[in-house]
Amino acid sequence: MPGAVPAAALALSALAVALAWPLPILLSRARWPARSPALALVLWQSIALAGGLSMIGALLGFGLLGFGANPLDGIRSLTGNLDAAAVPAPFVHVFALAAALLLAGHLLLNLAATFLRAEVQRRRHHHLVALLSEPLADRPGTRVIDSAAPVAYCLPGALTSATVLSRGLLTLLDADQLRAVVAHERAHLLQRHHLVLLAFKSWRSALPWFPIATRAETAVGLLVEMLADDQARRQVDDRTLAMAIALVGSAPGPTGSDDAPDATSFAWPDHPFDLLTPRLRRLVVATPRLAAHQSLGVLAAAAGLLALPTLLLLG
Amino acid sequence: MGNLGVLERLLMDVLWESGQSLPANELRDRLLSPAAAAASSKPLATTTVLTVLSRLEKKGFVTRDRDSRPHLYRAVTTRAEHTAELMHEALGSAPDRQAALARFIGNVSPQEADSLRRLLSVSTTGDRSGS
Repeated sequence: MPGAVPAAALALSALAVALAWPLPILLSRARWPARSPALALVLWQSIALAGGLSMIGALLGFGLLGFGANPLDGIRSLTGNLDAAAVPAPFVHVFALAAALLLAGHLLLNLAATFLRAEVQRRRHHHLVALLSEPLADRPGTRVIDSAAPVAYCLPGALTSATVLSRGLLTLLDADQLRAVVAHERAHLLQRHHLVLLAFKSWRSALPWFPIATRAETAVGLLVEMLADDQARRQVDDRTLAMAIALVGSAPGPTGSDDAPDATSFAWPDHPFDLLTPRLRRLVVATPRLAAHQSLGVLAAAAGLLALPTLLLLG
Repeated sequence: MGNLGVLERLLMDVLWESGQSLPANELRDRLLSPAAAAASSKPLATTTVLTVLSRLEKKGFVTRDRDSRPHLYRAVTTRAEHTAELMHEALGSAPDRQAALARFIGNVSPQEADSLRRLLSVSTTGDRSGS
């Protein structure tokens, strides 16, 4: 039935468009992710992965039609007759097939390159931190840099990871607030947030003409912060954490006060919304977690999105 | 900037301490101080020093005055400038480092910092009147 089969490629294209444009917009505007950031993070990953799969799948499905009545047939005849002359395929199908392979290769290579580059940067930074900081007494894995700017970050690594604080942070915050910051950074390391962030960064750099990729990266960055905040809330009360965020956020940046406005904002040139206000809002205003049936709904949607491209291609 | 080899580091120390332009053989002689001798057991050849110097020149740490004979070498920045640059990098604010580490508070826009400051002043005065 030749009429039924292009429908699969068309459905996959429609899915790819939906996952590239309206769905991410809706999700990035929704309020519920602040209530259950972990679920929202799962959904973002599923959207990104399903988006890639449906783009590749649409091209693949269309390309394979040149070689058989349906995609499975196409694969069979392609692998069976590698003497290309035996399969007279129209040029558009060959072109679509090549595009599918190129796109898949491009995305995978970009992912590998992004991870490699980050690993090189991390090594270098570990080296730098080892030179310029000293360990903080009775807190293993925590190091202090002698700088007046209040700074805290975690530095993940394959073998060793570190939480780095500045002298300025230690003087700015009281003991409880400091505990909140350290718990927050620990959570980033333990939950391996850098892997998710890198995957989305690579998606953005692989598809720079995709306006949604930047939005997705920002949203995921915020969700990861909320997840780490939730871990910190197990150690201190919400008010303490909110105070710590507000104090560090309003302090002058590490570049000094003279050229701070430009120097601190240029790294995120088109940052669509502020990142601290949503974090603070959920600490100050009661935000109940999603109910069980809502959570299940989100998980089912994520699983469904992931399964759909394969089902459409082969079904 | 953080990734200087031992020999490169020692040479930069000599150049920073002298604060002037020096020829390679003079640098070698000054390197034969006790600290340097401890780091490398063999006495250094001037050619080794020249190799390290050209590497430092490539990395932008050293400039060479090619008009004089022998060539004179000079540090591009002072030690203080170098340390400040390293510190800036170590604080994680360099844009290319965003992927490698997660900061507690990322880059805050000036407007957001202002509104936070206002919030903080409200909450602290509220504390005072409340207690």
